[in-house]
Amino acid sequence: MSASVENHDAGPPAAEQPAGQHSAGEHRDYIGAKLGMWIFIFTELILFGGLFVAYGMYRSMHPHEFHHAAGELNVVLGVINTLVLLTSSLTMVLSIVAIRLKRKTQSMIFLASTMVLGCVFLVNKFFEWKAKIHHGLYPGSEHLMARPPGERLFFGLYYGMTGLHGLHVTVGLVVMAIMLVLLRRDKIRHDDFIKLENAGLYWHLVDVIWIFLLPLFYLAA
Amino acid sequence: MNSSMEHEADDPHIVGYGTFIKVWLALVGLTALLVGLSVAGSPNLALVGLLVITPTKASLVFFYFMHLKYESAALKYMVAIAIAVLVIFVGLTFTDYLFR
Amino acid sequence: MSTAVASTAAPTASEPSFYAGSSRQGVLSWLLTTDHKRIALLYLGSMLTFFLVGMTIGVFMRLEHLTMGPTIMKPTTYNALFTLHGVIMIFLFVIPGLPAVFGNFLLPIMIGAKDVAFPRLNLLSWYLFMAGATIAITSLFTGGGPPDTGWSFYVPYSVTTGTNVTMAVLGAFVIGFSSILTGINFITTIHRLRAKGMNWMRMPLFPWALYATAWVQVLATPILGITLLLVVLERVFGLGIFNPAIGGDPILYQHLFWTYSHPAVYIMIIPAMGAISEIIPTFAHRTIFGYKAIVLSSMGIAGLGSLVWAHHMFTSGMSETSIIIFSLLTFLVAIPSAIKIFNWVATLYKGSIELKAPMLFALGFIFLFSIGGLTGLFQGALAVNMHIHDTYFIVGHFHYVMFGGTGMAFFAALHYWYPKMFGRMYKERTAVVAWVHIFVGFNMLYFTMLVLGMQGMPRRYYDHLPGFHLGHLVATVGSWILVAGLLLMIMNLVRGLFRKVEVPANPWGGVTLEWMVASPPPVENFDVLPVITEAPYTFNPVSEEKAK
Repeated sequence: MSASVENHDAGPPAAEQPAGQHSAGEHRDYIGAKLGMWIFIFTELILFGGLFVAYGMYRSMHPHEFHHAAGELNVVLGVINTLVLLTSSLTMVLSIVAIRLKRKTQSMIFLASTMVLGCVFLVNKFFEWKAKIHHGLYPGSEHLMARPPGERLFFGLYYGMTGLHGLHVTVGLVVMAIMLVLLRRDKIRHDDFIKLENAGLYWHLVDVIWIFLLPLFYLAA
Repeated sequence: MNSSMEHEADDPHIVGYGTFIKVWLALVGLTALLVGLSVAGSPNLALVGLLVITPTKASLVFFYFMHLKYESAALKYMVAIAIAVLVIFVGLTFTDYLFR
Repeated sequence: MSTAVASTAAPTASEPSFYAGSSRQGVLSWLLTTDHKRIALLYLGSMLTFFLVGMTIGVFMRLEHLTMGPTIMKPTTYNALFTLHGVIMIFLFVIPGLPAVFGNFLLPIMIGAKDVAFPRLNLLSWYLFMAGATIAITSLFTGGGPPDTGWSFYVPYSVTTGTNVTMAVLGAFVIGFSSILTGINFITTIHRLRAKGMNWMRMPLFPWALYATAWVQVLATPILGITLLLVVLERVFGLGIFNPAIGGDPILYQHLFWTYSHPAVYIMIIPAMGAISEIIPTFAHRTIFGYKAIVLSSMGIAGLGSLVWAHHMFTSGMSETSIIIFSLLTFLVAIPSAIKIFNWVATLYKGSIELKAPMLFALGFIFLFSIGGLTGLFQGALAVNMHIHDTYFIVGHFHYVMFGGTGMAFFAALHYWYPKMFGRMYKERTAVVAWVHIFVGFNMLYFTMLVLGMQGMPRRYYDHLPGFHLGHLVATVGSWILVAGLLLMIMNLVRGLFRKVEVPANPWGGVTLEWMVASPPPVENFDVLPVITEAPYTFNPVSEEKAK
């Protein structure tokens, strides 16, 4: 391939192609950073997707046991947690809008609210699991062993999927804590907010996964 | 998405609070509908809930909260491909389990 | 390629190569680098080391089959060895393979960029690779010892065996992350950092191959992640998802495992094909035949190859309807691969062919991969599969495609881009002698396996019946010739680093962007970023002489 060579170094940043380095004040690639985050989101979708494959197959093999076992789950807690996460998604996105409108304090408050809601979710989850374990409904327990096979599968999947989801919520909280610090130190600004936006994408993904977990586990009865 | 272009402002379009609050209300409403169908209705209605309402909720999150509605066509295609791949994985695996 | 461009791109005396151009000193300039070229070499060094370990294990496996009954090891040792051989070769060499080394080194240069989109993520990828390798190697010395399940870790044995499956599997999990991050990096790099004027259909075929591969890396690897995680959860917490005693299905494990591990073989082969698409035009001094077809077939292989996984499971107990569907899909995926073979051969027609070492390896690739691909078709036929599944036929097949395919392409790429990466030159004659040994030894070893498999020799068996003995003897001797060739090749390449030979920017007369910069390139690749005005692989017959 023939290449005519031009001098690009003398032009102003506007004519320069966005580079990969993220040095302060130099070329940033907003679209590239967002694209990278979206591709990571795809990998998470597929990661959970594998578990959904397992769920789908086993539910088709043991429909009645799944239906029956789902009756053990606390629908109210499940719905509350859904509302908690949906609201946290709202506060997350409002945090981004706020900083873009140069309202730093509002943005921080929205972000902190998101974190609080995330913690509420985890607390609910903790009590939920605690109750189940107290009732002897955990992998390997004698009580569970006595149940029909399909029900034991249901609970194996329940702990696996909500556990992995909870792990992702925890990671999300850590990420948001870091974003809060960056917001405070003005490293996230109205003209440079991609980090917050990417954190938001991650959090919304966590929300989407829960949106599917709700009917599959709690409403399957 | 060609990189041989001028540096553009990082996403000039800001969606306002109001839109997001409306989306949130829709999500809450759909959740209520979903729960209602599952609790009060027949198993078939519950299935409708799973197959229709849940993807609708997810779509709202994707398109509005995750800003996908305002992103490039290329990114929209990529999301579609990722979801299609997942659907194919599930579907092809089902050809085993449904026909044993 | 016009000489005008060559002289414009010749480096000025003031521009140091990337070896000298780091702000840090010594080891830290390598361990903390974000330069894609240094990271590529970090991968190269570690991967070649792992390859030699895996190769040695293979030698020992073949030695065990020199005699019937125990020869040099116990049966349990043999099981551990074939597991390790698979894990090391697949996860630590072939899957990272060409993308980790040549993708990292050349992708930015070939598209006219200064580096990848996320340079620090790139370094993290290498550290994750090394961390995963370390964890996997730790499994050798801890717990119940190295796993003996085969690299495929099938349940229920992988869940019940006392060997250290958990560590090995966690190691593979971490390496999977490395692969995913590389995929994210390459996709974003190709979308965002192509030089001005390089629209998609002007991009060379190796970047195209890396692009197709990156999508598979990103969309398939997570399935492996979750599958391996479930094995760990099962071993540690007794989650029981694959346990038939509680209604679980071991076949589901196989589905999930192969949903990744089949696309994984396309992660292995697509970049290899991309490298061949670069080498053949250069040494035939002709433009590639059917550029668009190769682009489409690369994407096609990536897509179709993700739909065929259950052809590894025809004898597992799956539904008959399902195996018919997967058999059909398997036949379909052969089509885009075959298209490529035709295109490469057509490129040779009326070309001015130069049989240098890279070309020899590339032509060897075409021959060996064709055998591998065709034997794959035999396996895709259901009736045949019933007889040859889990025999040496399969072992022969996958070594033809993974080793005769990706392996040979890796060596071809190594010889082709060697002067560019190191600014040195190996001894051509030694390279050819090594190639002959490799080619002869390879076929002696693996073609014999195809025959043994047809005769019914099962795989992963530590011993064999008298009827198979001659075949095993031939194969083992073949392995010695192969290894001699490999060692000679590596020695030649290592010694070449110390030969005082001046290497020009373009020793082969290539026409892609990497040949327009110095050998080795400067830190930021280009003195001035290029602007592309022509289709790729435009060979100017007037300037067939290489730029000296």
